[in-house]
Amino acid sequence: MIEMLRYDFMWRALIAALLVGLAAPAVGTFIVQRRLALLGDGIGHVALTGVALGFLTGTAPVLTAVAVAVLGAVAIELVRARGRTTGDVALALMFYGGIAGGVLLIGLAPGGSNSTLTSYLFGSISSVSAQDVWVIAVLAAFVLGVVAIFGRELFVLCQDEEVAKVNGLPVRFLSLLIAITAALTVVIAMRVVGLLLVSALMVVPVATSQQVTRGFSTTMLLAMALGVASTIGGLTSAFYASVAPGAAIVLLALAGFVLALGVGRFVRRGRAQETGP
Amino acid sequence: MTPSAQAAGVAPRESPPATPAAFAMSAGHVSLDGRPVLRGIDLRIHAGEVVAVLGANGSGKSTLIRALLGLTPLSGGTAELHGVAPGRFRDWWRVGYVPQRLSIGGGVPATVREVVASGRIARQRRLRRTSAGDRAAVAHALEAVGLTERAGDPVGWLSGGQQQRVLIARALAGEPDTFVMDEPTAGVDAESQLHLAGTLASLVERGRTVLLVAHELGPMAPLITRSVVLGGGRILHDGAPPADAGCHPHPGHEQARPHVYDVSGGPMSTEAGQ
Repeated sequence: MIEMLRYDFMWRALIAALLVGLAAPAVGTFIVQRRLALLGDGIGHVALTGVALGFLTGTAPVLTAVAVAVLGAVAIELVRARGRTTGDVALALMFYGGIAGGVLLIGLAPGGSNSTLTSYLFGSISSVSAQDVWVIAVLAAFVLGVVAIFGRELFVLCQDEEVAKVNGLPVRFLSLLIAITAALTVVIAMRVVGLLLVSALMVVPVATSQQVTRGFSTTMLLAMALGVASTIGGLTSAFYASVAPGAAIVLLALAGFVLALGVGRFVRRGRAQETGP
Repeated sequence: MTPSAQAAGVAPRESPPATPAAFAMSAGHVSLDGRPVLRGIDLRIHAGEVVAVLGANGSGKSTLIRALLGLTPLSGGTAELHGVAPGRFRDWWRVGYVPQRLSIGGGVPATVREVVASGRIARQRRLRRTSAGDRAAVAHALEAVGLTERAGDPVGWLSGGQQQRVLIARALAGEPDTFVMDEPTAGVDAESQLHLAGTLASLVERGRTVLLVAHELGPMAPLITRSVVLGGGRILHDGAPPADAGCHPHPGHEQARPHVYDVSGGPMSTEAGQ
C-alpha cells in the first residue's frame, strides 16, 4: 500500500476509484430494482460514440461522452415509457448503434484509430489527469446528491410507477432523473473500468449485497461498501501484480458475488430455522 | 345513477353538503388499443360511501378505477377526483391506492417496514426528515394489518395474502381519507381476508371513502354500502350491495342480480365467508 502512494498518478487513480466505487452501486441499486440491469451497458455503448465525437471535434472526450450518454439515456427512457415490449429492442439498437457510431467517427478523426478507443473501452485509470479527477468528483457529487435528495421518491417510483403517480410524485421527471444519473455514472466509471465493464460496477455489488441483506437501504449501503472495496482492492492488486486495473476490479467484484452466494445460502438457512417454517 | 345509497344513511359525516363528490365521472369513455373498454359511464361516489365495483373479467372494472385516478386517460367524457380533474389534482395525500398486482418490489429486496413507510411519501416532502408522526403512522398501519412482527422481513418472504396486506398497510400509512383498492381479495387466503375485512371495518367506522374492485367480497360484503356492476363497459346495476341478494338466493330475486354479475363463477356473496 505504501509504495503505490508515492506516485501522484496513483493518488489520482485512487480518488477516482473511491468516487466510482461509491456512486455506481448507489445508482445501480435503483436500476436493478427497476429491472433495468442492462441500462448501464446500453448507455456505455452509446457513450463510445460520444468519446469518438470528442476526438473528431477536438473537444474533451469526457464532455462529449456526457452529452451523448445523457441523450442516449433519455432516448431509452422515452422508449421504455411508451411501450415496455420494445424496451429491450431499443436497448439492443443502442448497443449496436453506439459501437458502430464510435468506430465510424474515430476513423474520421485526425490521427484517430480504433486503438484510441481502447483506453475508453477497457479503462485506463492510471492515465487519469487532475482535470479528469475534478470532472469525476463533480459528477459523483451530483449522483450521490440525487440519491440523497430524491432517494425516497425514487424508491417509490422503482417499486411501482402507478403508485408513485397516485402519490402525486413527478413520475416523468423522476424517470428522466434516474436515466440521466445513470448516464453520468457511466461516464464517471468509464475511465476507471472502461465502457464495456461499466455496468458491472452498477450491478455486481448490488447483486452481491442482496444475497445477505433484507432491506433496500441496507442493500444499497452494503453495495456501496462492496463497490469501494472492489475498486480500491482491484486497483491495488493491479498495481502490484501488473494486470489491467479495470479487469481486476470487475473480477474482484465477481469473486465477492460468488462468496456471497455461499454466505447468503448459509444465512438464509439459519434464519429459516430461527423463524420456523 | 341511483342515489339510494346516500339515502341509506351513509351520508358523509364531517363534510358539508357542498363538498364535491370523492369520485365523479360523466359520459366516461375509455379505449385501450382502439378497443372500447368503457362506453359511457356516469358515476358519482360521495365521501363516506363504501362502494364495490363488480363484474366479470374484462367488464372494465379496473379500467374504471384507473380512469377515475387519472392512470388511464379518458377518450371521452370527464372525470373528477374531489372535484378536480385528475390531471390537475394536487391533494394526492388524500388518496390511498392499493394496486392489483401482488408482485411487490423488483430486483432488490425491501423490508415490510420500508414498503409500508414509503406510503408516507405524499405527506413527506423532499428533504424532510422522518418524524415521530411518520413512524407512528407506519407502526399503526403495520398493526392494523397484523404484520408488526414481520416488519423487518423482506416482502418476498411473505405469502401472497400477506403481501396484499403490506400493500394495504402502505396505503394506510399515508392516512388518506379516500381509498381505492383493485381486487384486494384476489388470491388471498382466509386469514388475510378476515384481516382485510377488519381493516375495512375500521375505515368505515371512521367515515373514510372506499372504492374497491372485487371479484368476490367474502367477509367484506356486510361493509359495502353500494355496488356498481359493470358489464361490457357499461353500468348494469348501481345500488344495493350484493350482500342483500346473497342472503336471499331465491329465484324471485334473480332480476335484481343480473346474470352477468360473474360469468366466471367466483363466489360473490357472504356465503363464501361463512
